[in-house]
Amino acid sequence: MSTDDVAVWLYAVIGGEVADDRTGELTGVDGERVRHIDGGDLSAIVGTVHLDEFGEEALRRNLENLDWLSVTARAHDAVISAIARSGPVLPVRMATVYLDDERVKELLNTRRQDFLAALDLVTGRDELGVKAYGDLAALAAGGNSAPQPAGEKRSGTAYLMKRKQQLTAHEKAHSAAAAEAERVHATLLRHAVDGKQRPPGEPAVTGKRAWTVLNGTYLVDRNRVPTFRAAVAELQETTIGIELEITGPWPPYSFTGDVVSS
Amino acid sequence: MTFADDNFAPVPRTSSGGALSSSGGSTNLGDILERVLDKGLVIAGDIRVNLLDIELLTIKLRLVIASLETAKEVGIDWWEHDPWLSGKSSELQLENERLRARIEGLEAGNGQREVIEARRAEPEDVD
Repeated sequence: MSTDDVAVWLYAVIGGEVADDRTGELTGVDGERVRHIDGGDLSAIVGTVHLDEFGEEALRRNLENLDWLSVTARAHDAVISAIARSGPVLPVRMATVYLDDERVKELLNTRRQDFLAALDLVTGRDELGVKAYGDLAALAAGGNSAPQPAGEKRSGTAYLMKRKQQLTAHEKAHSAAAAEAERVHATLLRHAVDGKQRPPGEPAVTGKRAWTVLNGTYLVDRNRVPTFRAAVAELQETTIGIELEITGPWPPYSFTGDVVSS
Repeated sequence: MTFADDNFAPVPRTSSGGALSSSGGSTNLGDILERVLDKGLVIAGDIRVNLLDIELLTIKLRLVIASLETAKEVGIDWWEHDPWLSGKSSELQLENERLRARIEGLEAGNGQREVIEARRAEPEDVD
């Protein structure tokens, strides 16, 4: 394949009016100058990329390469974040590639209403991620772990009793964590326009002492972001056995599909 | 019930102020991948990449990243305090020591015999 073979990598969709000012001097995933494709009241933020790295075969191979993936994911996110600083943006999932500009224009035309509605939804809003990590030890201790009867022999029965107690404490810790996570999510929803729970990480690999009990993400009015942060801090103070972590503000990655898919 | 204060950061860990900060190199790769691979507008491009493959990959990465970060956060040595693991490792250590002692014995006393045996083996190879 010749290195002249190129395609169009799509980063985001934005409103059309000021697209020129918004792309500025951004550099994209292939080191290319980021540009826009005019579609009337919508614009697509794109870059011209080489097929030998971003074609179908190459992508399939490269996506399995953690180094390539991490550099490309950061570059893709960097463009979207930069665009987001100057106004509403619909981030596009990484690795969405078109043959040429005409195909992108077709996309803007056929999905115009969806995109405009989605832009409305995210205008003036940011996404904030909140994860809650449960501390197994602290949560288990929160339950009433009955003290070991004094002077008891280490008989089989005693072992089984103890084992049962441990299991009960474990179950209690899990249900306590789930309840706390639910309370955190419900509270944060009151400070957000919308919120979702994503699948939490695998308990088996998030370690023995901490596991993810909530992986939430929230669409928040920009002027309410400080209030939202304060709510997270306050929840941290009042929540037992849970450590909260907040990330963002992000471009509204998790809230672009709602209008489109419905 | 008491607060185990070591385990709780009184203030959420992320420090970012107002600006969109996700482009910075410091942002957790897992958080970025979770968004750029799982979320955003999902549109079928002209160049087809199997989305299922990507999702599987994301999950795999999530596992790796989560385990690395957790190891870092909870202290890299947590497994050393695990009775099952530490019991296992000391057993291995004992076996290792036994084997080493045997090897030393063999090397010290029986080097001669090895040579003889090697010579005796030669005629058979010729057959």
